Amino acid sequence: MTLDAKIPEGPVEQKWSRYQATCKLVNAANRKKLDVIIVGTGLAGGGAAAALGELGYNVKAFCFHDSPRRAHSTAAQGGVNAAKNYQNDGDNIYRMFYDTVKGGDFRSREANVYRMAELSVSLIDTCVAQGVPFAREYGGVLGNRSFGGVQVERTFYAQGQTGQQLLLGTYSALSRQIKAGRVTMYNRHEMLDLVIVDGQAKGIIARDLITGEIQRYAAHAVVLATGGYSKIFYLSTLALGSNATAIWKAHKRGAYIANPSLTQIHPTCLPQSGERQSKLTLMSESLRNDGRIWVPLKAGDERSPNAIPDDERDYYLERRYPAFGNLTPRDIASRAAKERIDAGHGVGPLKNAVYLDFRDALKEYGRDGIAGRYGNLFDMYRKITGLDAYSEPMRIAPAAHFSMGGLWVDYELMTSVNGLYALGECNFADHGANRLGANSLLQACVDGYFIIPTTIGNYLADQRTKNLPSTDAPEFQQAADAAEAAIRKLLNVNGGRPVDEYHRALGAILWDRCGISRSPEGLQEAIIQITELREDFHRNVRVTGGSHEPNNELEKALRINDYLELAELMCRDALSRDESCGAHFRTDHQTEDGEAVRNDDDFAYVAAWEYTPNGTPTLHKEHLTFQDVKLTARSYK
Amino acid sequence: MKVLLKIWRQDDRDAAGKLVDYPLDDVDPDMSFLDMLDMLNEQLVRRGERVIEFDNDCREGICGTCGMVINGRPHGPLTATTTCQLHMRTFNDGDTIVIEPFRASSFPLIRDLKVDRSALDRIIQSGAFISTHIGTAPEANSILIAKDAADAAFDAATCIGCGACVAVCKNASAALFTGAKVTHLSNLPQGKIEAQRRVVDMVATMDKEGFGSCTNTEACEAICPQEISTDYIARMNWEYNAAKVRQTGKSS
Ligand SMILES: Cc1cc2nc3c(=O)[nH]c(=O)nc-3n(C[C@H](O)[C@H](O)[C@H](O)COP(=O)(O)OP(=O)(O)OC[C@H]3O[C@@H](n4cnc5c(N)ncnc54)[C@H](O)[C@@H]3O)c2cc1C
Ligand code: SF4
Ligand code: FES
Repeated sequence: MTLDAKIPEGPVEQKWSRYQATCKLVNAANRKKLDVIIVGTGLAGGGAAAALGELGYNVKAFCFHDSPRRAHSTAAQGGVNAAKNYQNDGDNIYRMFYDTVKGGDFRSREANVYRMAELSVSLIDTCVAQGVPFAREYGGVLGNRSFGGVQVERTFYAQGQTGQQLLLGTYSALSRQIKAGRVTMYNRHEMLDLVIVDGQAKGIIARDLITGEIQRYAAHAVVLATGGYSKIFYLSTLALGSNATAIWKAHKRGAYIANPSLTQIHPTCLPQSGERQSKLTLMSESLRNDGRIWVPLKAGDERSPNAIPDDERDYYLERRYPAFGNLTPRDIASRAAKERIDAGHGVGPLKNAVYLDFRDALKEYGRDGIAGRYGNLFDMYRKITGLDAYSEPMRIAPAAHFSMGGLWVDYELMTSVNGLYALGECNFADHGANRLGANSLLQACVDGYFIIPTTIGNYLADQRTKNLPSTDAPEFQQAADAAEAAIRKLLNVNGGRPVDEYHRALGAILWDRCGISRSPEGLQEAIIQITELREDFHRNVRVTGGSHEPNNELEKALRINDYLELAELMCRDALSRDESCGAHFRTDHQTEDGEAVRNDDDFAYVAAWEYTPNGTPTLHKEHLTFQDVKLTARSYK
Repeated sequence: MKVLLKIWRQDDRDAAGKLVDYPLDDVDPDMSFLDMLDMLNEQLVRRGERVIEFDNDCREGICGTCGMVINGRPHGPLTATTTCQLHMRTFNDGDTIVIEPFRASSFPLIRDLKVDRSALDRIIQSGAFISTHIGTAPEANSILIAKDAADAAFDAATCIGCGACVAVCKNASAALFTGAKVTHLSNLPQGKIEAQRRVVDMVATMDKEGFGSCTNTEACEAICPQEISTDYIARMNWEYNAAKVRQTGKSS
């Protein structure tokens, strides 16, 4: 099968409006006869459910949380981008498009990125209308700040809780549709498989997480909005429940997974402090606007940070990237930190961190000024570490943060399975090889609110009521039986090792070999180690409790089972991309001073992997063409 | 450090529950409270026992999923802190720690420390939204909002929906939760238009869901991890009475 991205003709600025003007529509009377399943109710899925419900479709929405308001989107701190040019600093849609294509190291699709920038403008309008309390200036207009990788102020924020406020807006719009009867919400339900009938996605198998019952749901189309899978690294900034099950099962049913190894590592997280830690906490990147990053010039310097004079500090980002300094994009800042830590300059008890220092900013703006901007982050830092960042620099470290890879989708956000769509972080997204800060909330929101309501109509217009299969159909029966069997198998292993042990082991392999930097030898070793770990899992895992009851251990085991398979694909993808680009840094492709060397002649493509039962996956390439942004070496010097 | 955990175990809503002792050694003081429970659960798995069920997700104090009663206090001994943000250094070596689920008749118990808080969702569904159409909103800066109003709306909007206020209240009232949402929306020009209908519907749903009424003990404010102010309960009552006066001509 050749990959058709279905990018509309015409100049990039006109593609979306042309698409809208020419796609098929479903008339209002027919919409209520069409059922849509949406899995995931974060910003992407919740927005889609609200928008499709409002249009009059019959929506069934699922999430494993006890309430849609708890989706991982709620954790986003920093902000959401939009090309409003409210600061009169020369921002516009084209500039945002340009920054994003360049920031993504030329591994994203121009048409999609342009559309994202274009729709960012109305997103802010929609959120404000929903009651999202964004930061305001005294005169009553909206406020902005800047984020890594750009030189304008285009980020809208609600203190350090932007994701929460955006999600509450989505959740309220969704609640309105639930009340109106247009959306039926299934909380505490986990999708375990996708059902395909006659080559079209027609339903899902879900497990009721309270009763354990395996249930079947049918619809005319299925939309996945199940978020990112970077929790595969075990230690990451993601919520503990984040997982890959929905996309992995869709992959096994025919949906291609694109660029799975492109993982964003966030430079400003709290360093790991102990063995038993289950997650790493992100400190918003906005801190880099005023904090300066440094390490002691002398390796192994044991002095307290405040006792180290300026000329014995290495402000390595300012030194290496004078134009962007502390605001270089995340991949560059993370790599630079790792480089210093590996060279023995790391700080803190485990020597695994760098300093983020507010000394100069405190001098300039005073304690109140800094508290006004970042007070809640400083409080959070104190709660977690017990340390006061007003009197000594914070200690930060890079951590796995965001999956740029995910299900391959075309311009309509349809996967390679007919009638199956993927939105938000679970698709391979518009971010290319690296995501600029504050673009992910944006992508999740515009996918859900604005894009899918139009594009799904183009498909549903050809669906008829009779195309809704019975959940007794053999395809449903087979998938439900398979889900039951997988559960029984896990419960019957009865070995000696708890699930978390496998997750930690898998995370360590991936972080070392498929994390901030990768080498071909390391990746090959990782594939072997993952295979061994997977075999051990099926021999020795122990899951207590039963299947027809609430069972956290079983939920985790099912998710790890899928992670153990996806991990191998990630390593294969990293191995086959024989270049450095964005977050994918291959040690065998770097300049003398440690900068990434991209290879556009051979690798300007999206790597879309097809699942092959019992064999190596097949690589399909979607070649990327750059008409509006010239392919250039990405420099932040 | 060593601790003795006394944890509420209950198979399901209809089963009898009891506190069970779990001594735990080698607890690292920098460990979070939930990481400590994970450690215990791993030991239970190794012994072939069913794990302790509890809800959690972000472990950053923002999603509102976690919550248990620790030594008699929802979310434990610290102020303005969720269970997931509590660290073992808060306790002393040798401490006994009693862990129970959030208790309120509107939060039916599911198992162990897991409860069903969907009644809070139903309060929101009854009217906590602005009836705007997605994608057709006016230009955002066309309606100016004073910084004070936006900040006030934000402060009220930061409720994470954890339900601790209900669990701590002797009447199991959801007034703080509901008051916060009413205040968030009615502080904004966009939310004012529907304010009256909203508050009446939300208060009615609170009653229908079996939450008790507020008698101004203010334990909720003291326990709330987001430090949501009881002023919002007053604001809700004010909005409610204003709406009733409009509807019936007299205050209720
Ligand atoms: C700490 C942190 C801070 C961040 N800060 C920012 C920021 O400042 N700006 C920015 O732009 N981005 C930020 N991001 C990234 C951004 O938050 C996410 O990419 C985005 O919110 C993803 O939204 P989503 O709707 O795709 O998925 P999610 O919000 O993760 O939602 C996933 C949904 O799917 C459901 N689900 C998953 N699997 C299943 C299944 N099998 N069955 C049923 N339901 C399922 C879940 O219950 C949930 O409802 C941050 C991320 C983190 C981790
Ligand atoms: S008001 Fe406070 S205690 Fe109550 S649900 Fe909201 S955050 Fe939790
Ligand atoms: S787990 Fe999210 S608030 Fe505690």
